[in-house]
Amino acid sequence: MKHRAGRARQEGDAGALPLEKLLGMYRGMVKIRQFEEKAKELFQQALIRGGVHFYIGQEAVAVGACAALREDDYITSNHRGHGHCIAKGGRLDLMMAELMGKATGYCKGKGGSMHIADLDRGILGANGLVGGSMPIAAGAALSAKLRGTGQVTVSFFGDGGANIGAFHESLNFAAIWKLPVVYVCENNLYAISTCAAEATAVENIADRAAGYNIPGVIVDGQDILAVYDAVSQAVQRARRGEGPSLLEAKTYRFEGHFTGDPGVGYRTKEEVEAWRQRDPIAKFRDDLTATAGVDEAQLKAIWDEAAQELEAAVAFAKASPEPADEELLTDIYA
Amino acid sequence: MAQMAYRDALNQALREEMARDPRVFLMGEEVGLYEGAYKVSKGLLQEFGPKRVIDTPIAEAGFTGVGIGAAMVGLRPVIEMMTFNFAILALDQIVNHAAKISYMSGGQYRVPIVIRGPGGAAFQLAAQHSQSMESYFCHVPGLKVVMPATPADAKGLLKSAIRDDGPVIFIESEVLYGFRGEVDEEEHLIPLGVAEVKRPGEDVTIVAWSKTLHLALEAAEALEQEGVSCEVVDPRTLRPLDKETILNSVRKTNRVVVLEEGARFSGVGAELASLISEEVFDLLDAPVYRVPGIDVPMPYARNLERAKIPTKERVIEAVHHVLYRQ
Ligand SMILES: Cc1ncc(C[n+]2csc(CCOP(=O)(O)OP(=O)(O)O)c2C)c(N)n1
Ligand SMILES: [Mg+2]
Repeated sequence: MKHRAGRARQEGDAGALPLEKLLGMYRGMVKIRQFEEKAKELFQQALIRGGVHFYIGQEAVAVGACAALREDDYITSNHRGHGHCIAKGGRLDLMMAELMGKATGYCKGKGGSMHIADLDRGILGANGLVGGSMPIAAGAALSAKLRGTGQVTVSFFGDGGANIGAFHESLNFAAIWKLPVVYVCENNLYAISTCAAEATAVENIADRAAGYNIPGVIVDGQDILAVYDAVSQAVQRARRGEGPSLLEAKTYRFEGHFTGDPGVGYRTKEEVEAWRQRDPIAKFRDDLTATAGVDEAQLKAIWDEAAQELEAAVAFAKASPEPADEELLTDIYA
Repeated sequence: MAQMAYRDALNQALREEMARDPRVFLMGEEVGLYEGAYKVSKGLLQEFGPKRVIDTPIAEAGFTGVGIGAAMVGLRPVIEMMTFNFAILALDQIVNHAAKISYMSGGQYRVPIVIRGPGGAAFQLAAQHSQSMESYFCHVPGLKVVMPATPADAKGLLKSAIRDDGPVIFIESEVLYGFRGEVDEEEHLIPLGVAEVKRPGEDVTIVAWSKTLHLALEAAEALEQEGVSCEVVDPRTLRPLDKETILNSVRKTNRVVVLEEGARFSGVGAELASLISEEVFDLLDAPVYRVPGIDVPMPYARNLERAKIPTKERVIEAVHHVLYRQ
């Protein structure tokens, strides 16, 4: 069942994508990168607190996957969730306000980085428990199937998340009930400092698809078009009622595990540097200029626009009030 | 005696027990190469090797069960939960298995396992990463529940927990890992189930454990200035509970405030309030007064987080309350 997704340009795939769509994908990646760099800065200034897991380096996975979705499709996310949220259309201002614990944030300041959710955009939420969202993704897919809406759910999780019991239970549910869900494993080689090769007996997480009799696909997670191709196929399959797929995007986090981890000691400088050379945004920029006839000025304009949007988001968040004390007691029961 | 941080006292306890007893081993996420998410296992992999310090995949239910199996047939595992929030995933193994195997097997099997890691709130880690879970575990017959507040207690109690022949839930505190205090560097054991009066006093008893002990001591210090003398009792082990030390203090002061970071409803404080009213009701000059966490999940925003957890001000107010002062 397993195959390696290449960059084959079939009809409906990235090669046939309109320029506007391609530029939109580029914009998505840029927004994530800028958002995370800014969040890092604000964390250093103690304007954002708690713990933040940055998505830098993995942008092609979230944006490539979400570009294959309809607006009414669902995603579930994990602790490294900012990228997924932005890729699904999440608003930077509401995200930033949430990170700063403000009343105007996505969750009224009650959730923070690990719990951002957006009902209107089908973002079921980031999640602080590894594996916690995997059965929930199957549940959203079951609901879509029973309601007959044609919606698909994409569930993002990490190589570490692949080892928790919920992974097995979720994939088995999805497979036996042919649920419209696509499990996207972002294999960034580490779960904190634990090397995936030492925590997993198979070479690829996608190899485990065989155990559920579903397609398992490996894709280069630094190549947004490859991710888009692979997820598109899995999404189409899910919409046709043929059931789930397990995708594995080989990727890398450029930063430490979270704000409290420098990200050294368990991986070599050379390894980090080699992956930084495979920056997904730089790669896509090269693709766009070399093959899609986009010029640097257009890309720079996108970068600048995104920077402006971000600046406005930060200003909005800074100017917003803290939640009122009464908020402590609301939203607990329906 | 030496000054050391809470995390180093725990580290010393692990090192001494591992050196003393070859059956003791440490297992959990990131305990080896990374030396623990909070560096409690610093140097242990190097000293004892990978057979005694075992890194696991992220699978709390799994590695807790693995520990239980190993404990049933000859070893004495110490299982590290990266934080106790994740022990919720292992509740089946802890509650249905570790706690009951001795009883269900008619005493044939023992489960000498310690499940340890930090619990409670730290700094704005929000609802899923800030939980005080002692009351979950205290409710389960078969489990012992230990919550040290000082480096000395951390060392002495962890050593005793490792030597205990049954399952011990050992809840540390994320915000105390850097807290320093005097620790006996020699063999230092504190028996489970023995409370300690951390500050003697006359007018009001404050019962507090783990991080909130320090809040109680701060409040007692402030109250001293206004002429109120508080006795602060730290149960250290919540189950089995050293009832006598607590009751003796109440017999002396006739007024009690119970401090607890966890939510009020069905909290450990409810058990203490019940115990005190059952045993020394006639001696009370005021109803037992509780200062618990507010009954809501932990919010992220800083101002709301502060409103959720007990503060020194709330403790002082509570003491005034049981003294009928304004
Ligand atoms: C059930 C559970 N156990 C442990 C943790 C602590 N933890 C947070 S992230 C993480 C590593 C996750 O690795 P992976 O799934 O590969 O995602 P990545 O961080 O690499 O994106 C761990 C162990 C947790 N949040 N939840
Ligand atoms: Mg990973």
